[in-house]
Amino acid sequence: MKNVALKATPGNKIANRKVISDTLLELGKKDRDILVLTSDSRGSASMVQFGEELPQQIVEVGIAEQNIVGMASGLAHSGKKPFVASPACFLSMRSIEQIKVDVAYSRTNVKLIGISGGVSYGALGMSHHSLQDIAVTRAIPGLDVMLPADRHEAKKMIEALVEYERPVYIRIGRNPVEDSYVSEDYEFEIGKAVTMREGTDITIIATGETVRVALDSAEALEEVGVSCRVINMHTIKPLDEEAIIKAAKETGKIITMEEHSIYGGLGSAVTEVVSQTCPIPVKVLGIPDEPAITGKTAEVFKHYGLSVKNAKAIALEMTSR
Amino acid sequence: MEEIILLKRKATEIRMELLKMIYEAKTGHTGGSLSNTDILTVLYYKIMNIDPNNPNWDERDRYVQSKGHAVESYWAILADKGFFPKEELETFSQFNSRLIGHPNNKVPGVEMNTGALGHGLPISVGMALAAKLDGKSYRVYTLMGDGEQAEGSVWEGAMAASQYKLDNLVAIIDRNRLQITGSTEEVMGIEPLGDKWRSFGWEVVEVDGNDIEQLVDVLSNTPATSGKPTMIIANTVKGKGISIAENQVGWHHRVPTKEEYEEAIKELSQQLEVLV
Repeated sequence: MKNVALKATPGNKIANRKVISDTLLELGKKDRDILVLTSDSRGSASMVQFGEELPQQIVEVGIAEQNIVGMASGLAHSGKKPFVASPACFLSMRSIEQIKVDVAYSRTNVKLIGISGGVSYGALGMSHHSLQDIAVTRAIPGLDVMLPADRHEAKKMIEALVEYERPVYIRIGRNPVEDSYVSEDYEFEIGKAVTMREGTDITIIATGETVRVALDSAEALEEVGVSCRVINMHTIKPLDEEAIIKAAKETGKIITMEEHSIYGGLGSAVTEVVSQTCPIPVKVLGIPDEPAITGKTAEVFKHYGLSVKNAKAIALEMTSR
Repeated sequence: MEEIILLKRKATEIRMELLKMIYEAKTGHTGGSLSNTDILTVLYYKIMNIDPNNPNWDERDRYVQSKGHAVESYWAILADKGFFPKEELETFSQFNSRLIGHPNNKVPGVEMNTGALGHGLPISVGMALAAKLDGKSYRVYTLMGDGEQAEGSVWEGAMAASQYKLDNLVAIIDRNRLQITGSTEEVMGIEPLGDKWRSFGWEVVEVDGNDIEQLVDVLSNTPATSGKPTMIIANTVKGKGISIAENQVGWHHRVPTKEEYEEAIKELSQQLEVLV
């Protein structure tokens, strides 16, 4: 297996939103049907430069999340390729009916980018956290759900999505996230999980910003003689069931890690598959059913056990070492 | 026969057809379908640039029925125009039929799935904006209910249409003054409706929405003002055409009994007889 995972964290300073904006700018210059829609979110989506260079391809909708999704569906229906860039907390909640009906049910080619997702708004509190978005969006027929692990994956994901004529919800964080991949030199395929690291004793399945934590946890486990596989489930839907079943059969134990409620997200998706095909122990790590504590992402992750220390302890317990 | 008479005859025939559908399926939104029949007849038989043989033609005018529940007149018209076989109307609301109780874009001629109120205008704003961006000349028509005006998303779309100067967008309100619970003004007052839309930057025109001649005149002259979206407040009678249903809140989704159905068809036949 080609090694795609980066071992050490080098201190990346580039946020996924910036990479997404740069990628859309580059692609938008070649394809005039690519549009970016913002809800007074041009700055927080890092879309200022896109708007300056392609003023005809940015549509400002104002603080109106229902309208932004409705308009995007109308634009898509007329042949445009709209990318809505709006805070995940509002996009996935305020406009969920437009997402369900105008986008998913009507089958319009709208890409919904939930920016500043998870707990990345930190101290702003539950109104601004989006920790239910995966649960809500993955329950909608016809809507795919994706979370890039780092800037390399964010770029490859957007490039793939421009060519992908289906509705998709993409969730990214606000701040730079440490790299999980060595480079862009790996194969990205929608719906196909990436095995970041092989392992035989246990598997950690992670998505989005927790992939880095999973890799670091596997590294720490290796030091104590536990072989931990790491699967990056960048596409929550359609779910790569094959990778999950393979991990269940080959490693016998799974831990899931996500920046999301423990209800309805990646952990639920994995247990739905495992319990019906290859029942083995699964431990779901995420945010408990409470208004999440406020603080920086790393602090919140640590508080709720989305940490190397906790994952290692659980893995050792599950493997009885 | 002069055109207006022909359109009136068509509207009456559509009313007969939709009543038959509702009576046979034992379900449907009778009152609203009857109130919007004249509006849809004028749009589909006189105003809109469409081709039933090529429903996805790029340059076609678009119609989005935001008040999705009043779908029976819409199905009857699409079938009559040849978007799908007329016999299919018999499947209305039957198991696994594509002719469901709301517009369904698996049916040729239907642009978008609607049914949740407050969605049609934002969608139409997107379509109209796409036409402007691409320099295309098609127009976008959307039909809303008056009860629907209480949805906040309507006003989000209203602002955007005005901001982007979408004079290729025509919104129509089927102002029949009744919603499922009672009169619109009792449930959640929307007056002064014209002033509200004017204050949002729209050109507002009021018409008798059951008067074919007035509808033809107004809809043939859009945009009412260049650079502005057009709002047509179509004052209608809920249950129009059938005396027992007219202006009766109970007929929002009432299905006629056998006697009522036969009486209604008789009444519509008489209306048809004098339209010569």
